Amino acid sequence: MNALHDSATMLRRNLRHMLRYPTLTLMIIGMPIVFLLLFVYVFGGTLGAGLGQAGGRADYLAYVTPGIILMTVASATTATAVTVATDMTEGIVARFRTMAITRASVPTGHVLGSMIQTLLGVAVVTGIAVLLGFRSTTGPLQWLAALGILTLFVLGLTWLSAALGLLSPTVEIASNIPMPLMFLPLFGSGFVPTDSMPGALRWFAEHQPFTPLIETLRSLLLGTPMGDNATVAIAWSAGIALVGYVWARKLYNRDPAR
Amino acid sequence: MTDPAISTTGLRKAYGKHLVLDGVDLDIPAGTVFSLLGPNGAGKTTMVKILSTLISADGGDVRVAGHHLTREAQAVRAAIGVTGQYSAVDGLLTGEENLRLMADLHHLGRSRGREQARELLEQFDLAEAAGKPAATYSGGMRRRLDLAMTLVGAPRIIFLDEPTTGLDPRSRRTMWQIIRGLVADHGVTIFLTTQYLEEADQLADRIAVLDHGKMVAQGTAEELKRLVPGGHVSLRFADPHGFETASQGLRPISREEETLTLHVPSDGGIRSLRALLDWLDGASVTVDELAVHTPDLDDVFLALTQESESAR
Repeated sequence: MNALHDSATMLRRNLRHMLRYPTLTLMIIGMPIVFLLLFVYVFGGTLGAGLGQAGGRADYLAYVTPGIILMTVASATTATAVTVATDMTEGIVARFRTMAITRASVPTGHVLGSMIQTLLGVAVVTGIAVLLGFRSTTGPLQWLAALGILTLFVLGLTWLSAALGLLSPTVEIASNIPMPLMFLPLFGSGFVPTDSMPGALRWFAEHQPFTPLIETLRSLLLGTPMGDNATVAIAWSAGIALVGYVWARKLYNRDPAR
Repeated sequence: MTDPAISTTGLRKAYGKHLVLDGVDLDIPAGTVFSLLGPNGAGKTTMVKILSTLISADGGDVRVAGHHLTREAQAVRAAIGVTGQYSAVDGLLTGEENLRLMADLHHLGRSRGREQARELLEQFDLAEAAGKPAATYSGGMRRRLDLAMTLVGAPRIIFLDEPTTGLDPRSRRTMWQIIRGLVADHGVTIFLTTQYLEEADQLADRIAVLDHGKMVAQGTAEELKRLVPGGHVSLRFADPHGFETASQGLRPISREEETLTLHVPSDGGIRSLRALLDWLDGASVTVDELAVHTPDLDDVFLALTQESESAR
């Protein structure tokens, strides 16, 4: 009970931070929106034609939206790592450590807060895609499933980036470490089909965690064949969540540097 | 309840090869103010961090509020409050929200939390700034909020790590009053570290001097002052003749020819001063200036920490 109560208290604290310092939240959605506009309006005509069967800009918008959604998730990891690393330099976290509260409530509050932040970002970015003309061809049940799988993946990535934030000795380092994650949707099936890529890159694109997630979303939003993508996506998400959680807890329980 | 509030035996901590605490023994009775003095880098903050469960020790036996420091860490945490050297307030939250956060973490419940936050804001003269973010507070206000947050949940033992460093004299005196009030009204035990000898002199029942990780002296302010010779009277003479006469008759500790000044041992009492003045009258020498210097903690501090400085 105390664990729940303390985590909820920490979550409230983090939500207040987000309201008073909204810059980070805006940063999360900035990059994916730029990519969405760039890829749909600048490259979209050509890339859409490359999809086959006389595709155009509208088809490419449908193709790229799941990729952009995952890019939003990846973009949020930097915000999480920075938020956690910044907080660890604050004296108040030292105070929390000397109080009789559930120890894991501090990182848990961060993770829950960041998840809300990320999912809000996803909602905004998806909304913009809809404004540009994106239409899902499936129904509410599939949307719910999409949200469920996406939330699980967000849980995993957020614990992982919380761990990266705890690992970073400075805020600057925390803002750089998650950078490679930002590029994973590009080196996957986010923007172009993986079978258009050369050998080694194609192998990587097909075996990294973002591709099954993107393909699962595509299937649940656009009705493309699912295959084993959902299973693989859930396995990746659960695995990342477990590793991230255990690692973050271990890092938080270290003697603080200061 | 005769258990000491804090006791340590052979407390050791090293960072790599650098030994920060080298076998520290302490016994602090409940309801007293204990002050740890020491130059920068003596290990004061490390001591506070270990005793408040923030970092682990390498060796030694420690009990805080009757609980084993590592085996019963949560019980220790429930009994203590810490105001560290670095401001431990949440700058993005308002003063009131900071206090309510503490109340929530102590599971005080909504109405009691609100009530206590209001009381503390009042008591610490922060009621007016209650709705402003703590980041906009002055240094003194931040420290007061910091201490107020420590008091939510009524800790029995309070650690104050250099609570007045960087404060102006007025804020420092306000802080001292607050600390005195805590001991008088609530009977808490206070573990205070400071670089200001005056602060220890003003507040502490017992003082320990830490230098290079070792306790070099422990006792009341009076006991410590007796450890070092320092009481003397400085006499500045009007002319070289008087200076010479007095330096032969008074057995001074030291003499400064250029300024015609003598330092004569004295306990600073009226009786010995009168005897001195009588002697000066009898010898008919003219004194331009007389200053009485009683030993203070500065003398103790400098003497004790210099010894080890030269021993290195």
